[in-house]
Amino acid sequence: MVIFSSILTVGLRNPIYCTIALLSTFLHVAGLFILLHAEFIAAIQIIIYAGAVLVLYLFVLMLLNLKSNETFLQRQFWVSIFFGVVILAEILIALFKSPGMEKMETAGVFPAIGNTEAIGLSLFNEYLLPFEVVGIILLGGIIGAMVLAKQVPAR
Amino acid sequence: MIPLSFYLVVSTTMFVVGLIGVLVRRNFLIILYAIELMLNAANINLVAFSHYFQSTTGHVITLFIITIAAGEAAVGLAIIIVLFRKKATTNVDEINLLKW
Repeated sequence: MVIFSSILTVGLRNPIYCTIALLSTFLHVAGLFILLHAEFIAAIQIIIYAGAVLVLYLFVLMLLNLKSNETFLQRQFWVSIFFGVVILAEILIALFKSPGMEKMETAGVFPAIGNTEAIGLSLFNEYLLPFEVVGIILLGGIIGAMVLAKQVPAR
Repeated sequence: MIPLSFYLVVSTTMFVVGLIGVLVRRNFLIILYAIELMLNAANINLVAFSHYFQSTTGHVITLFIITIAAGEAAVGLAIIIVLFRKKATTNVDEINLLKW
């Protein structure tokens, strides 16, 4: 389902349908996170991606009022599909030839880690500096977006 | 218990679909969507490995990636708005201001 809706995201012609397919992809990925016992990440995925980012995209899409153009693909369509499939095959071969895959299959369940408390402790103890850096990056992103999108007076 | 390789196959396929999307599509907005797809594939990978290695590192880095993706979306959309105001298109073939 994830793969199907991500293919739809790339393949559909109308950008609004693409957005809906992307939303479906995000929800399915959140389901995968729940399967992996990462409930906090799943909640964050739904809130931030499906809630905030998708709404931002939809707003801009409605604002721009795009007309669906006829030639929506690049001319090098088949070449890029071909190289994409080749890259996919290479990664999959590397994946299944790699040693230690069999050992990884039987890794057990882990109950305690993956909840919000463990993530919070790890975030604010081990990864405090990256956390601050991410804050600064967000601040820079906000300022950059505002400066870019500001209406420049006509010269 | 789902083996790790299933998650890896799903995330690889999703990543390649995003890659093909970046290469194939002409609409700037859809290219941003495809980039989000690739980031999500990386997230699946990180969370799967952190599940099977029993550590929280992957979760924390996934949080960082989600944050960066949100920032990237904001800046990319601002660029799209500016370009649309200037040229009234989101087709990446027609955006050649920096070409010499």
